[in-house]
Amino acid sequence: MSGVGEMNEILLRPKVEFDVPVEAEVISPDLFAEKSYEEIGSLPVFLGNRKMCLKDLFEIEGQSSTNIVLEGDFSRVKKIGYGMSRGKIHIKGNVGMHTGATMKGGEIIVEGDAMDWLGAEMNGGLIWVKGSVDHFAGASYWGSKHGMNRGMILIEGNTGNEVGKKMRRGTIAIKGKAGDFLGVGMIGGTILAFSETGERPGAEMKRGSIVLFLENCSNPPPLLPTFTYNCTYSPTFLRVYLKTLRKLGFPVKEEYISGKYRRYNGDIVELGKGEILIYEP
Amino acid sequence: MLIMWINGVEIEDTFAEAFKMYAARIIVTAVNRQWALEAATKLSGFATSIIACGCEAGIEAEVSPEETPDGRPGVSVLLFTMGKKGMEEQLLNRIGQTVMTCPTTACFNGVTSQERVKVGGKLRYFGDGFQISKLLGERRFWRIPVMEGEFLVEDYFGIQPAVGGGNFLILGKTPEQTLKAAERAAEASRSVKGVVLPFPGGIVRSGSKAGSRYKFLRASTNTAFCPTIREQVKSELPPGVNCVLEIVIDGLDEEVIRQSMKRGIEAACIEGIKRISAGNYGGKLGPFHFYLHELFKQ
Repeated sequence: MSGVGEMNEILLRPKVEFDVPVEAEVISPDLFAEKSYEEIGSLPVFLGNRKMCLKDLFEIEGQSSTNIVLEGDFSRVKKIGYGMSRGKIHIKGNVGMHTGATMKGGEIIVEGDAMDWLGAEMNGGLIWVKGSVDHFAGASYWGSKHGMNRGMILIEGNTGNEVGKKMRRGTIAIKGKAGDFLGVGMIGGTILAFSETGERPGAEMKRGSIVLFLENCSNPPPLLPTFTYNCTYSPTFLRVYLKTLRKLGFPVKEEYISGKYRRYNGDIVELGKGEILIYEP
Repeated sequence: MLIMWINGVEIEDTFAEAFKMYAARIIVTAVNRQWALEAATKLSGFATSIIACGCEAGIEAEVSPEETPDGRPGVSVLLFTMGKKGMEEQLLNRIGQTVMTCPTTACFNGVTSQERVKVGGKLRYFGDGFQISKLLGERRFWRIPVMEGEFLVEDYFGIQPAVGGGNFLILGKTPEQTLKAAERAAEASRSVKGVVLPFPGGIVRSGSKAGSRYKFLRASTNTAFCPTIREQVKSELPPGVNCVLEIVIDGLDEEVIRQSMKRGIEAACIEGIKRISAGNYGGKLGPFHFYLHELFKQ
């Protein structure tokens, strides 16, 4: 079907349930923007190690748009929105690994869960996941000097381990539980974890801010001994961040905005200029 | 010559001459309204005239917590200079000495513009290496550790072309009546968003003319409107006028100046006022000419 979708959007649905991963970095507003229905359908994807066309694997509606809607189970489809710089991808379901990795701009909304490496090494734009996310969101790939460098990742569910690994700039907000090694090796940027967090947050961080709200958390993990307490205060910058999140529609309690936080600097096995701020109810 | 009257007050067929300037908008926030106003008052202090102050500035409006970046009460200050370099110097010195020093404050840019000057990016060195950069979207902030906690200031402040020196003169029978009219005018004039009245209470009693008989002085008293030397100079004062006060307006564009002048003049036309005039240099110095009669044609 070649008709233009609602509000000039391009709609994709998987034709089958994939039993091997699909590599589909061509699903990007940058590539779809100027292409006809036929051209979009002919874009190359890999099903396992077999090179195929997008139309072989997905039903496509619409053409020439930066507004992409994905319906169905995309949990085995990798690299959606990889490196994108504009437009919007709305995923009405689960999505696979590397979604939004290295993206520079635009917006990705995931109604379901996302797999590993969400927004890895991203350089701008917004990723909003309504469900949960696996490991390495906003992280650096193995061997890279730094992870996420700009942009924002908002996660309403839980996350896996090493979220924000080596991130340099940008913001990650996690409403649910965060895994172990949150912000490991951070170089800069801000991570806001509203609920429980796993072991060793901020291990080996050089700079950057990890803010722990520890909502509904009866047994918070101890900080590493290489973090030292400085003072309890109300950081003004945090008010700006929380107000920005709230403006976007991310749930933030009023008491967090005006609240007090214990400041610990670390990790002193590294530069020691990073910080962990812990909300004081 | 067409004669115009408002409420029995003559509106002279003349124009106010204004100049090109650069403007910045600084949003100062604090723990409460009192401290935000305290910092904003100091920030815009000694900034009446570009002639000797290096800039012109004033409080534009109070900003509600809903509108400020950090959700605290704020005050918006407009600051005007003749050039970009002067703007950077003024912002750096003034924010550094008046806002950073004031308890609980933070300082944000209020102008979105391609043209901008570095402020927080230079003030940050006060942090002696312990300053922290925060990039949120396209806006960079600096957290400077201070004895009270942290001072948050935006990296860059946008600047935009603006108009300085919109004005009108209130010619009254008595000092009391003229001051009352000027107070009303100042209040009405500053009700327009995007303008400030940089002089004390928005009112000038010592309006100036360009040049003087002394080589070292660029501006001197506006002799044509000084009642005490009426018979010694070529006076512009009609019979019965014993006091003149001036309202000076700086604004972000021509339209806000126009609106501000119009509201101010209307408010000034009360009993005891004989004429409304305006200051100009024959149209040779400033590119913006605000003809008083044209203000009321729309």
